[in-house]
Amino acid sequence: MNNEITGAEIVLKSLAEQGVEVVFGYPGGAVLPIYDTLFKQNSIKHVLVRQEGGAIHAAEGYARSTGKTGVLLVTSGPGATNVVTGLTDAMMDSVPIVCITGQVPQHLIGSDAFQECDTTGITRPCTKHNYLVKDVNKLSSVFHEAFTIAQNGRPGPVLIDIPKDVQFASGTYEEKNKIIIPSHRLFEPSPDFEKNKIEEAVELISKAKKPIFYIGGGCINSGPKASKLVRQFINMVGSPVTMTLMGLGVVGSSDKNSLGMLGMHGMYEANMAMHECDVMINIGARFDDRVTGRLDAFSPNSKKIHIDIDESNINKTINVDVPIIGDVKQVVEKMISVWKDKKYKIDTDSLKLWWDKINKWKEVDCLNYNNEGKQIKPQYAVQRLYELTKNTKTFITTEVGQHQMWAAQFYKFEEPNRWLTSGGLGTMGYGFPAAIGAQVGHPDALVVDIAGDASILMNIQEMSTAVQYRLPVKIFILNNEYMGMVRQWQELLHGGRYSESYTDSLPDFVKLAESYKAVGLRAKTTDELDDVITQMIETKNTVIADIWVTKEENCFPMIQSGSAHNEMMLSKDQKQDKKSAEKGKILV
Amino acid sequence: MNKSVYASHDQVSETKRHILTVLVDNEPGVLARVIGMFSGRGYNIDSLNVAEVSNDENISRITIVTHGTSEVVSQIEKQLLRIVPVHSVTNLDHEGSSVEAEVALIYIYISDTNKKKVYQLCDLYRARKIENENNTTIFEIAGASERVNRFIKEINEITKVEIVRSGPVAISSIQKNEEE
Repeated sequence: MNNEITGAEIVLKSLAEQGVEVVFGYPGGAVLPIYDTLFKQNSIKHVLVRQEGGAIHAAEGYARSTGKTGVLLVTSGPGATNVVTGLTDAMMDSVPIVCITGQVPQHLIGSDAFQECDTTGITRPCTKHNYLVKDVNKLSSVFHEAFTIAQNGRPGPVLIDIPKDVQFASGTYEEKNKIIIPSHRLFEPSPDFEKNKIEEAVELISKAKKPIFYIGGGCINSGPKASKLVRQFINMVGSPVTMTLMGLGVVGSSDKNSLGMLGMHGMYEANMAMHECDVMINIGARFDDRVTGRLDAFSPNSKKIHIDIDESNINKTINVDVPIIGDVKQVVEKMISVWKDKKYKIDTDSLKLWWDKINKWKEVDCLNYNNEGKQIKPQYAVQRLYELTKNTKTFITTEVGQHQMWAAQFYKFEEPNRWLTSGGLGTMGYGFPAAIGAQVGHPDALVVDIAGDASILMNIQEMSTAVQYRLPVKIFILNNEYMGMVRQWQELLHGGRYSESYTDSLPDFVKLAESYKAVGLRAKTTDELDDVITQMIETKNTVIADIWVTKEENCFPMIQSGSAHNEMMLSKDQKQDKKSAEKGKILV
Repeated sequence: MNKSVYASHDQVSETKRHILTVLVDNEPGVLARVIGMFSGRGYNIDSLNVAEVSNDENISRITIVTHGTSEVVSQIEKQLLRIVPVHSVTNLDHEGSSVEAEVALIYIYISDTNKKKVYQLCDLYRARKIENENNTTIFEIAGASERVNRFIKEINEITKVEIVRSGPVAISSIQKNEEE
C-alpha cells in the first residue's frame, strides 16, 4: 500500500517518464489537484496561455517544430470545449498531441454540474482516440497508451479526461515498459510489408518518361531521415518534384528538381506537370481537394503510386494503381535499395524532353507581380523577409488566408519542420500560438508568424503569454485591412460585393504591442521595409511588425474551385469561363 | 497492375447491401465511435446489432447492415479500422458465403373473425407463440430478413400488428480450422 500515490502525481510521473519537458495549459476547478502537484515539482515546465485555444495551437507548434508530442492541460467544461478547434486542426494535419482535461467528480457526472460537459462525447470525432479514466489504477497505463497512439502510425491528438476524484484518489503507478498495448490498437506494418508492391512501383518509375514526385506532410511526420531518403531517391531518378502546403521543406526550395508547391495557389509548372505526367509518385500526401482541383480532370494520363501510412487515404478520392501502406522512411529506403539492386536507370532522352517542357512552363513566371510604386506589395514583404532571414535558423508559422499563400509561395524552405501552418482545417488564429510553441521548443531560433490583420486578432491575447515567458516571437502582419482571401473570392465570384470582409476599427498594432510591453514597429512604404525587418530580427523581445500593404492585391496563380490543374488563372484579367465559375461557386 | 488487393475501381459500381461484422474491445464509448463515424462521414446504417460474444466478456461483435457502392463500402471498412478499439472488420459479401438471420417479435391484434387465418399463417411460417402472463398473442419469427418481411406483409393484410425486429446478424459459413 505504501507504493500508492495520488492520481495527480501519477499524471506528472507519467508525463515525466514519457520525456515531456513542457506542458501548455490553463488552470481551473477540475484540474486543481494536478496543478498543485505541478507546483511541487521542477522537471516539467508549464506555459500559461491566455485562452485554452492558444494552448493547443502552441502544443501543435511545439510538436511540429520538434517532432515530439505536444502536451496540454486544461480544465473541464469551457476549458475542454475551447480546445475542440485545435484538436480538429491536429486531427486534420496529423499532429501528435496529448490533451489532458479535468472532469467533474464521478458522482456529479450527468448532473449538469458546474463546468461539466461530455468531453469525451464532444471530442470523439476530433481525436484519434480519447479516454474517460474512472479508475486511478488505470491512469498510468492510459497515459502510456495515449502517448503511443498519438505518435503511432498516422499521428494525431489523443485526449484524456480525468474526473477530479480520480486525481485525488490513491493508486499504483505502472512504468511504461510494463504496459502491453494489444496490436490491434496500433498500426504495425508486417515485417516484409508490401514487398511486391514496392518492386512494382520502382519498376514503374524506372519506365517513366514523364515522372513527378508529389510530396506531402507524411514525409515530415516520418522524421528528418525520411526527408533525406526522399531527396536521395528523387536525385537518383532525376525526376521533378512538387510539394503540398504541408510538405514544404521535405525537398529544399533551391533543389534543382523542385518545382515548389502545387495546388490551388501552387506553381503553374507544378500543376501543369501533375496534369501531364505519366507516372505520379505520391509520398505521404492525400489528394486533398486544394491539390487536385476538379477530380475528373486530375492527371488523366498517369499511373499513380500512393505511399501512405493510413489505408483509408487509398482510393478515397483518386483511384491509384500501386498503393503502398507504410511509413515513408521505411518504404522509400526499400525503394532505394530495389532501384540500386536492379540497376534501374530512367530513359535520359525522355527525361530531358520532360524537363524541357517543364522549363517552358517555368518561363510563364507565374509568381510575377507588379511591384511598382512606394506602397508595399505583400509578396515583396515576404520576399524581403526571406532575404533578410535566410541565413538564420528560422521557423515560419502562418495564420490562414492570402498571407499564408504568399508565405508558401515566396518564402523558401530548405529543411523540414521549419514551416508550421494550418493546412487541413484552415484555422485562423493558429500561427501566433503555434509560434509560441515553436519558440518554446527552440529558444535560440528566430520564429516569425507571418499573419494577416484579421487572423492575428483571433488569438491576440497570447501576446501576454509571449511577453511573460520572454519569448522573442515576431509577428509580421501583412496589413490590408481586409480578410484578404474572403475579399478575393468575393471579387472573383460574387461580383465584388465585399460583404463583411473589411475590418473597420483595427487596433493600432504598434500601441497594442507596447501595451503588452512588447515592441511595435511599422512600415508604410517600401523604403521603410528593410529597416523594420532588420530591427524586428535584432530585437530580443516579442515584436509586432505592422506592414501596410496594398489593400486589394490578389493571390495568384490560382486554380478556381471546379477547375482543373491545366486551367490555372494567372491574373485577374484571365477570368474563368462563366459556366465552370458557376459550378465552382458552390464548392469551397 | 489492377490485381491489387486494394482494387482500383475506375467505373462506379452499383449500390448494394453489405453486411459488415466488426469485432471491438468492449469498452465505454465504442459503439458511439462506430456509429459516429457513419453519421459524421455520411454513410448509411440500415440496421445495427451489438452484443458481447467472447467468454472473457471483453469483445463485442457489431453487425452492421449498410448499403453503398463497393468504393463507399471499402472506404467504410477502412475508416472502421482506424478506430482504436476495433479488432477486425469483415465484409461478409467478400467472404463468399455466410448465413444471416434475424428475430422479430410481433404483437397481433386478434379477434374471433381473424383468429383462424392468423394461426394458419403463423403455422405456415413456423412462427412460435410466446406465452406471457397477460395471455396476449405475441409471435416470434426468426430467419432470413426476406422471410420475415414476407410474413409481416401477409399478417398485415389480415390484422393490425406491432413489430420489433432485431435486424440481421450474420456469420461467415466458410470452413475454418480450429486454431487453439
